[in-house]
Amino acid sequence: MVLSKTASESDVSIHSTFASRYVRASLPRFRMPENSIPKEAAYQIINDELMLDGNPRLNLASFVTTWMEPECDKLMMAAVNKNYVDMDEYPVTTELQNRCVNMIAHLFNAPLGESETAVGVGTVGSSEAIMLAGLAFKRKWQNKRKEQGLPYDKPNIVTGANVQVCWEKFARYFEVELKEVKLSEGYYVMDPEKAVQMVDENTICVAAILGSTLNGEFEDVKLLNDLLTKKNAETGWDTPIHVDAASGGFIAPFLYPELEWDFRLPLVKSINVSGHKYGLVYAGIGWCIWRTKEDLPEELIFHINYLGADQPTFTLNFSKGSSQVIAQYYQLIRLGFEGYKNIMENCQENAMVLKEGLEKTGRFNIVSKDNGVPLVAFSLKDNSRHDEFEVSEFLRRFGWIVPAYTMPPDAQNITVLRVVIREDFSRTLAERLVLDIQKVLHELDVMPSKKDIDIQKTKSVAAAWKRFVEDKKKTNGIC
Amino acid sequence: MVLSKAVPSSSHDASLDCTFASRYVRDPLPRFKLPEESIPKEAAYQVINDELMLDGNPRLNLASFVTTWMEPECDKLIMAALNKNYVDMDEYPITTELQNRCVNMIAHLFNAPIGEEETAVGVGTVGSSEAIMLAGLAFKRKWQNKRKTEGMPYDKPNIVTGANVQVCWEKFARYFEVDLKEVKLKEGYYVMDPEKAVAMVDENTICVAAILGSTLTGEFEDVKKLNELLTEKNKETGWDVPIHVDAASGGFIAPFLYKDLVWDFRLPLVKSINVSGHKYGLVYAGVGWVVWRSKEDLPDELVFHINYLGADQPTFTLNFSKGSSQIIAQYYQFIRLGFEGYKNIIENCMENAKVLRQGLEQTGKFNIVSKEVGVPLVAFALKDRTYYTVFDISENLRRFGWIVPAYTMPADAQHIAVLRVVVREDFSRSLAERLVSDIHKVVQELDEQVKHVTKVVTTQVDITARGGGTDGALVHKSEQEIAEEVITYWKKLVSHKKTSGVC
Repeated sequence: MVLSKTASESDVSIHSTFASRYVRASLPRFRMPENSIPKEAAYQIINDELMLDGNPRLNLASFVTTWMEPECDKLMMAAVNKNYVDMDEYPVTTELQNRCVNMIAHLFNAPLGESETAVGVGTVGSSEAIMLAGLAFKRKWQNKRKEQGLPYDKPNIVTGANVQVCWEKFARYFEVELKEVKLSEGYYVMDPEKAVQMVDENTICVAAILGSTLNGEFEDVKLLNDLLTKKNAETGWDTPIHVDAASGGFIAPFLYPELEWDFRLPLVKSINVSGHKYGLVYAGIGWCIWRTKEDLPEELIFHINYLGADQPTFTLNFSKGSSQVIAQYYQLIRLGFEGYKNIMENCQENAMVLKEGLEKTGRFNIVSKDNGVPLVAFSLKDNSRHDEFEVSEFLRRFGWIVPAYTMPPDAQNITVLRVVIREDFSRTLAERLVLDIQKVLHELDVMPSKKDIDIQKTKSVAAAWKRFVEDKKKTNGIC
Repeated sequence: MVLSKAVPSSSHDASLDCTFASRYVRDPLPRFKLPEESIPKEAAYQVINDELMLDGNPRLNLASFVTTWMEPECDKLIMAALNKNYVDMDEYPITTELQNRCVNMIAHLFNAPIGEEETAVGVGTVGSSEAIMLAGLAFKRKWQNKRKTEGMPYDKPNIVTGANVQVCWEKFARYFEVDLKEVKLKEGYYVMDPEKAVAMVDENTICVAAILGSTLTGEFEDVKKLNELLTEKNKETGWDVPIHVDAASGGFIAPFLYKDLVWDFRLPLVKSINVSGHKYGLVYAGVGWVVWRSKEDLPDELVFHINYLGADQPTFTLNFSKGSSQIIAQYYQFIRLGFEGYKNIIENCMENAKVLRQGLEQTGKFNIVSKEVGVPLVAFALKDRTYYTVFDISENLRRFGWIVPAYTMPADAQHIAVLRVVVREDFSRSLAERLVSDIHKVVQELDEQVKHVTKVVTTQVDITARGGGTDGALVHKSEQEIAEEVITYWKKLVSHKKTSGVC
């Protein structure tokens, strides 16, 4: 009898990934591995580990776009190997950026003549945009003070305590003092009167937010402009305004065209907006627009000469991908004014559905306003037994990521849950979320609260919960 | 007879039109104002795609160090991660973990003095520009704190570098109000001279920045010598000036090809290093890394602490929201290639650079300005610049599809102009050979043109000479004068193209 022997001498490279040794070996974490591995194995291993990340589309914490049309995905993929800063090698991509800047400038009613080009730049996000705008204000103010022979070493900026963390970064990294107008219970944005009071001779600008991160409200930029104009007339300080329209910049022009918040107000000198929020592009693009050339000191601009035309640039980043700029242009011409308007109206509608569903449970106070960014911020009417952090945690089990935060000073005793309504949050999802929130409430109702535990265990349990919750207490480092 | 009548369709459904049959390709594309109406997605795609065809081909762009090709498996991962906002550390803990692993791998690659259980101090950025600004900020803040405790003025910080620095250092200096003290270059010596650099150091110097892989010639600066000289000076003065190494290009070359070159954290004065993931880290544009020696080198006041459901996540970046794709792609490359993979790729690049260099030397028309040890690139200048310059060659090469930039050196070597070809991973030997043959063609064409124009101009001059001056007298020009006129003519032609400023 002949014994047939099958020796598994097959080439390792024909093994299916899950048959190979690569899924047996532990993944390198701290040191670069010595040897290469096949690309299929590398792909599979990373892909599988990433399955444990949250689902971007169920991440209701973020304003940042999580869905784009397949045609746009195609354009992005084709542009992933184009280094945006090579303006000379990719003149069309550069031109597309310039067109976006002009379109956005016109959308914000920048005072441009028919053939004038807008002053603005594409950035990686509103953080970079804000730093550039702040730098421009700081330099302008310093130049003015030098001319007047006055000290220029203590610049400050006046904002509300509800600012996003990038303003604090700007202040800390560029050595500008941040003077924050405190909030109060029921009033969660910057009070224009208090803000104008805080302005002094060292103020480089007052920053207003169109679309507060915490509850989506629009600050009253017109009132701020009026009050500040009066103060400027009295003091002669000429303090300007910057509008942080990161979220609101692509909402107000479509839903509230009569709301005056942009360059129609004379003191507004620069505006930033995130392309990757309601500009409807994936993460990685923002825009900063200045009113006129005079508002951007020439000394901050770098001139790079590459085989031909002079290309002025003012950015913090240099090399970066071109995909998001092309995607922004795609969205602007694909959707046009009516497209953006329709999408924002849908978001607003779905936000109403969610809000009404929550109100019907009778357990929540709605903290966000109807006018503003389409989001719903709500807090528990009674959080004595269970608080918002627990609701947030329980919702995770259903797949939803709904963050809970405490308000900044002086309203730290208020905790809210916040749901951002993005383009891809349809009505069915809104209805399902309401159902799941109701389920969570029922579960929490039957769960013993921390206070119902008997005295003897109170100490140890309270300590354990304190640690647990302390770790979760959200600070105002929110996006 | 029954007449059959063909009734035309009552309404033409525009959505049936093939894109090129539709009205969307007839209308001008919006340039300055947001269009009022929407258009179909196919039309939007086609219109933009077609216009972009007129951009240069990224893979033939020999000006850039930035990666232009990745494996399809990696493209798949990139595509899947496009909608993940990197900064949502809580929602995407794995992506955050991958970033941390990359930081640790790079820190170990650079011999950071970290113990077995210790985690490295570093961060992923959008590129070396952001990385350098963060490193510079850390140095500035440390220096300011030191001066405050000493009761000395801290309003005039400066940084010492070579004039060959990339523009991001100038940006850092201008935006963060730090004085830039540049060590000038000279003909034949195109990097920072350590002795001159140390001589420029004063009490206001926050750090000395050395470059591993100069943008212009690919050379590695002598960081070891700088470390020695600076250590001596620090001892004399007590100033404790540190070093930063801008290893944007060289950081992923030296560890694989030149293991014995001591340039990184093995030198005690080196406190931070930046490297571009999107250069020889072999990832598409949009990722850089900065690593600090230890926690002490990164002042805690610059770090923002964000608490999200659990662990404290410290962050120190200029940008906030951004895509996750490049971070994931970097990790893919690390585990896919490993040490041996990177080594093989860089060795191939060096080989192909050699092929190119030898091909150019064989023409007999060029001086090779780049060194053999360094980043795999070839920088070359014309031996004879009388009739045409490297700018002409660069322009003519465009016709063949190649993008080869020409630059003048910074001060004090502005009279030297070079062409530079960067050899990236995807620049194969056949492409190198084809480039050499195309450069041959261009040079031959230019030589032919010179002969032709010289003949024409000489004839003109001759005719003028014979035809006469104002009084009809014969004006004879010597050969020397004729030659001078031709040269002046050519000089005028080429002088308007000289520029500087290189990426």
